[in-house]
Amino acid sequence: MEARILKPEEYFINEEPYYQPVGDEIEVFEAAYRNQLPVLLKGPTGCGKTRFMEHMAWRLKRPLITVSCHDDLTASDLVGRFLIKGGETVWLDGPLAAAVRAGAICYLDEVVEARKDTTVVIHPLADDRRVLPMEKIGELLEANADFCLAISYNPGYQSVLKDLKQSTRQRFIALEFDYPDAGLEQKIIENEAEVAPEMAHRLVKFAHMTRNLKGSGLDEGASTRLLVHAAKLIHDGVDPVVACRAAIAQALTDDADMLTAVNELSASLF
Amino acid sequence: MAPLTQLTADQIQPLLDDWFEVEFTFRNTGVLAAALAQMSAGEQAFVLDWTRRIASTHVEISFQFVEQSTRALSLMDERMIEAWVLQAMDIYDRSGLYPGLKVIREIDLFVRQGRERASGCVFEEEAGVLLPFVQGLSGRKLKVEQGDHTFTDSEVIFLPAVMAHLPDKQDNFKLYKAAVAHLWAQARFGTFRVDLEQYIAAHPTPDLALRCFHALESARLDACIARELPGLHREMALLREKLGDADVPDGWTSVTAGLTRREATAADALRLVDKVIGSRLPATSCYQGRLKPAEVTAVLEKRLQREQAQLRVTLKLIEDELKEWREDEEAPPGKFEVDKKPDMSVPEGFQIELLLDGKSIPIPDDVQDTMTSILQDLGDIPDEYLVPAGAGEYELKDYEEKRLDPEDVWGGTYHEEGAFLYHEWDFRRKHYRKDWCVVRELPAKPSHDGFADRVVIKYRRLLGSLRKTFEAMRDEDRLLKRQIYGDGVDIDAFVEAWADVHVGLEMSDRLFTRMHRDERNIAVMFMVDMSGSTKGWVNEAEREALVLMAESLETLGDSYAIYGFTGSSRKRCEIYRIKTFDEPYDDEVKARISGIEAGDYTRMGAAIRHLSHLLREVEARTKLLITLSDGKPEDYPDQYRGEYGVEDTRQALYEAHRDGIHAFCITIDEEGQDYLPHMYGAANYAVVKDVEKLPLKVSDIYKRITS
Repeated sequence: MEARILKPEEYFINEEPYYQPVGDEIEVFEAAYRNQLPVLLKGPTGCGKTRFMEHMAWRLKRPLITVSCHDDLTASDLVGRFLIKGGETVWLDGPLAAAVRAGAICYLDEVVEARKDTTVVIHPLADDRRVLPMEKIGELLEANADFCLAISYNPGYQSVLKDLKQSTRQRFIALEFDYPDAGLEQKIIENEAEVAPEMAHRLVKFAHMTRNLKGSGLDEGASTRLLVHAAKLIHDGVDPVVACRAAIAQALTDDADMLTAVNELSASLF
Repeated sequence: MAPLTQLTADQIQPLLDDWFEVEFTFRNTGVLAAALAQMSAGEQAFVLDWTRRIASTHVEISFQFVEQSTRALSLMDERMIEAWVLQAMDIYDRSGLYPGLKVIREIDLFVRQGRERASGCVFEEEAGVLLPFVQGLSGRKLKVEQGDHTFTDSEVIFLPAVMAHLPDKQDNFKLYKAAVAHLWAQARFGTFRVDLEQYIAAHPTPDLALRCFHALESARLDACIARELPGLHREMALLREKLGDADVPDGWTSVTAGLTRREATAADALRLVDKVIGSRLPATSCYQGRLKPAEVTAVLEKRLQREQAQLRVTLKLIEDELKEWREDEEAPPGKFEVDKKPDMSVPEGFQIELLLDGKSIPIPDDVQDTMTSILQDLGDIPDEYLVPAGAGEYELKDYEEKRLDPEDVWGGTYHEEGAFLYHEWDFRRKHYRKDWCVVRELPAKPSHDGFADRVVIKYRRLLGSLRKTFEAMRDEDRLLKRQIYGDGVDIDAFVEAWADVHVGLEMSDRLFTRMHRDERNIAVMFMVDMSGSTKGWVNEAEREALVLMAESLETLGDSYAIYGFTGSSRKRCEIYRIKTFDEPYDDEVKARISGIEAGDYTRMGAAIRHLSHLLREVEARTKLLITLSDGKPEDYPDQYRGEYGVEDTRQALYEAHRDGIHAFCITIDEEGQDYLPHMYGAANYAVVKDVEKLPLKVSDIYKRITS
């Protein structure tokens, strides 16, 4: 397939992204969307938050604009900026403004990583005002009725400094995500990487071993995403122990002893 | 460097006479000098260097070292000889002269052990891998410790100090791993669910019965491991072959066939004991260790009580929490139940779910661990465990492991439990003395006498200006102009650039404004000298300085801790906790500052090592260790004074520096200039000549070094 060039607001997802619901998150999200309520996705990394958003965008037939927040992301990165074109200044919408105008779903991934001033633009959008103040051009952009704001946040590893403020979190419908239970996780791996049930089962077991070590040497256990990566390597003919080392152990830690221990665990299983 | 010249016996003898204090000890150095004269120049230099270094520790060890040196050089290379003498000195430090000399005399033993060490695995080195390995496996989180035998008491896995059964190091590590897995399997798959102790006691041939049960259980556990951890099972089978334990006697496989089924339990194995007694058993592989029923029973009994208490107290907490949400407060509390969801992927064959009045409730992680552990012991969660504890029924403290109170250590006979051990640098030996200093952290005694308030009043003007200066140092957002990239357009710069373009000049690319934040991410540790020499006005000045510093730091927001240090002798280094990093600056801390009083001596090395150890655990970009002191490091009754103390302190500071800790010293010792540059570095100290100025200077200096 050739690479396509799209404006963010034209990014419709046409094929159904595979998503295995864990609880009633789809119904809750749809209800929130109908009622124009913003949504907060909580959960550890790699447990399917982004995939869920893609799935919902497909389901609701709205374009999805994802912004991965980093510590240098400011309000003007979201709202927009002036550019100079042929001696004139031209306004260019940022991704949030584009979503508000086009009635897209705007998903701010890991929102606590962004600069504090982003809350200034998120707050009025996240309550019943649903407006985006565009300070630089002195305008107030009223949201399209189809617009939806979603943010994600990992309560696990961020420092206290990066905790989500109460004034922010209390504007959102919160959906909690966690790793799926063993059976479901196995099904996801089988489906995503086309490996045999027995292999998927062992990978899940390995994931549980690493999750047992959370807090006693590892900051996080292996996420479903990492399992899928490992399973894809295995499907491609890589030896399971090697695949686990490359796709999981090395991703989890740099500590030499811990790496050895995790590798020994995977070697015990396969 | 000049080439080494070979020395003659006549040249060597005076050196030895001097080092061995022949004047007092009347040793005959003539023979030794003659022997040394036969060596090459390089060997002579090597042996003489070590002779001098060892003599600074003990003359007799050094003397015997020279006696053995010719033989040692024929048996070992120089690196191994170094290891040999260092071991002798370590053992001398720890256990005294006779055991130390024994190492020197038994040179052959050391050589043989050296070979073992080369291929064997040492527990200390592998513990870092074995612990996470066993904790990653499912079930109760077991600990790993060094012990005399390989066995588990169902909470701790004990392993031998060295594993050297096989010639290859990698295989010996695998043996450790196999031992860990086998003992984990005992705890995980219910070996201890049968009352083995009672059974063995009632048996006519208890030892034999225990051996039979162990062999049968091992067969059952092997099958469990094969199901759970097939990779490891293959590895264990290979190890058995290498060890020569792979053969099983005829008929054994058919006897144990029933035990390899998934449903088989330890009780099944126990029933078979009498059937196999008297017949030949398969060899016990070294990784299988042994069973110690009495140890298990003791631990098990305590654990059952403790976990019942823990679970019931937690259920009570959950109940109380839910009560707050209920409208009808008078309604009777709900009933807790456990529901089993079949799941063949775990050994129990089911997962548990906690129900309250038939509704599933989420289980917090710590409760989950307790329930897993109970399930492992009993195979079920009995109903009496699910009754929330009554008010005051349990005192959870009673079930916690008793932690030693550092102060009690001195109440009875001497021992080192509950203390931190630190190395000390012996500059003559040019090596560390291992675990030499015994450091205890003690709570500082508070003195509620309003001292801090008086200081605040006394220095109110100074404090006002200090607060202002410190406030100015706080991190703030600053708008940087004329940046090459940024969030906004710098209109001024742009207009200029535009004009430049029109007159044909090159346009600057610095056209943006950017918000910049200078984050002060600083953790500072104040280490306060509480030695006897500070008694009186120095102590007063130190305390005043601390109050002013704390008041100023509160404005600034840097995180800080205050510890005092004193002690007498290496066995009694005391660190007083005045303020930890987490504690707020409150009345209690103020009272503790006021309560700082002069103690004994200053063994600075140990204090620096302990406090930098604490600093290492704090997260901050900049870490500072500031010492307030009044003189050289000095301790009594051993050699910790003069050059020795200075060199050890320097070494401790160097270790801290290696870990990214900046050290700074503020002293009132006017002679500080003579030794402080050597210890702290030329720019990292300040001498305050006037004690009364100390309070003012400390804040001043702090400002200087952090901005």
